[in-house]
Amino acid sequence: MKKVTEGLKAVAESVALCRPDVISAYPITPQTHIVEELAQIVADGKLKCEFINVESEFSAASTVLGASAAGARAYTATSSQGLLLMMEVLYNMAGMRLPVVITDANRAVSAPINIWSDWQDAITVRDAGLIMMYAEDNQDCCDMHYQAFKIAEDPDVQLPVMVNMDGFILTHAFDPIDFPSQADVDKYLPKYKPLDFLSANNPRSFGLMGGPDRYLETRYAMAETFKSITPVILKAADDFKKMFGRYSGGMIEEYRMEDAETVLVSMGSTISDLKEAVDTMREKGKKIGVLKIRILRPYPAAEIKKALGKCKRVICVEKAISLGGPGILAAELKSAIYSNANKPEVSNFIIGLGGRDVKQEHIFELVEKAEKGVCETEFIGLDKKLVEEMDK
Amino acid sequence: MTTQTAENVKLFNSGHTACAGCGLALAARLVLQATGPKVIVVNATGCLEVFTTRSPQTAWGIPWIHSLFENQAAVATGVEAALRALGRGDEARVIAWGGDGASADIGFGGISGMWERYDDVLYICYDNEAYMNTGIQRSGLTPFKGHTSTSPAGKASLGNMKQKKNIPAIAVAHGLPYVATATVGYPKDLERKVKKAMEFKGPRYLQILVPCPLGWGHATSDTISMSKLAVETGLNPIFEYVDGKLATAMTVKQKPVEEYLKPQARFKHLFRDAAGAEQIKLIQEIANSNFAKFKVEAAK
Repeated sequence: MKKVTEGLKAVAESVALCRPDVISAYPITPQTHIVEELAQIVADGKLKCEFINVESEFSAASTVLGASAAGARAYTATSSQGLLLMMEVLYNMAGMRLPVVITDANRAVSAPINIWSDWQDAITVRDAGLIMMYAEDNQDCCDMHYQAFKIAEDPDVQLPVMVNMDGFILTHAFDPIDFPSQADVDKYLPKYKPLDFLSANNPRSFGLMGGPDRYLETRYAMAETFKSITPVILKAADDFKKMFGRYSGGMIEEYRMEDAETVLVSMGSTISDLKEAVDTMREKGKKIGVLKIRILRPYPAAEIKKALGKCKRVICVEKAISLGGPGILAAELKSAIYSNANKPEVSNFIIGLGGRDVKQEHIFELVEKAEKGVCETEFIGLDKKLVEEMDK
Repeated sequence: MTTQTAENVKLFNSGHTACAGCGLALAARLVLQATGPKVIVVNATGCLEVFTTRSPQTAWGIPWIHSLFENQAAVATGVEAALRALGRGDEARVIAWGGDGASADIGFGGISGMWERYDDVLYICYDNEAYMNTGIQRSGLTPFKGHTSTSPAGKASLGNMKQKKNIPAIAVAHGLPYVATATVGYPKDLERKVKKAMEFKGPRYLQILVPCPLGWGHATSDTISMSKLAVETGLNPIFEYVDGKLATAMTVKQKPVEEYLKPQARFKHLFRDAAGAEQIKLIQEIANSNFAKFKVEAAK
């Protein structure tokens, strides 16, 4: 049965159904309702788990790292500055192959300080060695969490997974959410069986120094693992469908791309805006579609390459920026399709930073601009008057 | 000395890469001899981690984990929580272990958090009074007027300007049931304190002074005598607080601080001229005040 639930609370309920053994909590907007709700679920005796209030996001990440190393299923959530404070731990957690699940309520990064949505936080940690999933809506986001634990804990993966949901746009939106039963989740996601863990019964050392004679091979092993994760992600979604009757999965999603000459590429909740704009433009006869990047790491290069085999124009719509560098989605996409015989033009636009509304007319505008010629990291939706004032 | 049994001698093995005369390697062995095998050690980045675990080798015969320089307390919290959550609470107890830099400086926020949460973790700070692993830079526990590579003595400076941060007092202020200092020159005292610490539930703090021949600039054969002199001069009093009250303080016949300072290269600039001599007087005052403080508190 569906229940109208706020995005963050829906995530908390979904996480609780996954029966984590240890949760660490530290507040940060817009994530906070997740840990508040989990605290209440534990306080009400509905989930038996160690819920630990810590003194920083750095310790939140470190606590779940320790718990996971001792064999527990562990979870935490964060946003923005909190994620950046976790960054050193995230690299370490991935390198130690610990299958922690983290939710990031995507938010802009200071300065200026801004609590609203964009992707800058998570994009900044994309090289850390986490599997990165981007939710389009809140049902998708909930379903990702059940799958995230399954993927992370797969014996062939053993890596942390980050589920990304756009701050406010998703986190604070109320939607009808279909929650599975505890019994079904237990069947889909049985108790975590770690391959190796800290135990006095089998004393082992974890986190050893790897000198120049071993470090390269260790990183190689991680890189090789990332090459073989895609089938695990796909299987997690197939199994999910068998159990719960709906498909929420895939590395990418193609929307109205059959005959599309122009393809809009983006992630997260922006996809819904793009789909709506595409429907309008389709009505006017424009051959246009949307490609959703659902999994950013491992990067779905092969899927993207195949999907963009025929189109004339690609437009990346990005809510993060590499200052002084190329568009982030665009740069990765270009490298993925470089060997294609078909060479579409690739434009990219920066949009919606710091919670600026993405309006339908913005999407029509950027399509129009790209049709006139290739655009590189062009900002859409700027307040021209304010830009002039700041220039003075 | 502690009896070495076939079992506990394997808890901290030889063959590691510590320097000759390392006080810390001795401390690690003594601590594990006292705890026995039912412990999990969470080790901050630093000398202890580096010289014991050059992959694929390890000196540790107990379950051991190293994550980062500054998260040993929070990782220990997670390990301890996991044991409870998984119904393995009786399997082992958790020890978090870091140097003076990891404990008094970069990791201190995490330690304060762990103490406030009242997690069942014994925190051990091995205090060699500087960042030795990176080449002898000053930390919050570097002694007054000690020369390090970032508090060097020179024409305009006589070394480290600050006194040691009083971590045991801060630990007591957190309401810890057990806080103690020890040093490797008194191994029986150290062993007794570790065992005592393990009798309490909740957060406990043990600060062990470990001479570092390389960083302090004394002969490798003088590790034990330096450790003893640190106590005998009053510069590093060793004591125990139980439930916030001073329970024991080692009483010794006080020796002048010069006996401790002179054999160490890190203090040699104090023996050159009158300005140095003035500083030695100040150091003597620190020692005297420690003596007075611990006598007074013990009498309460």
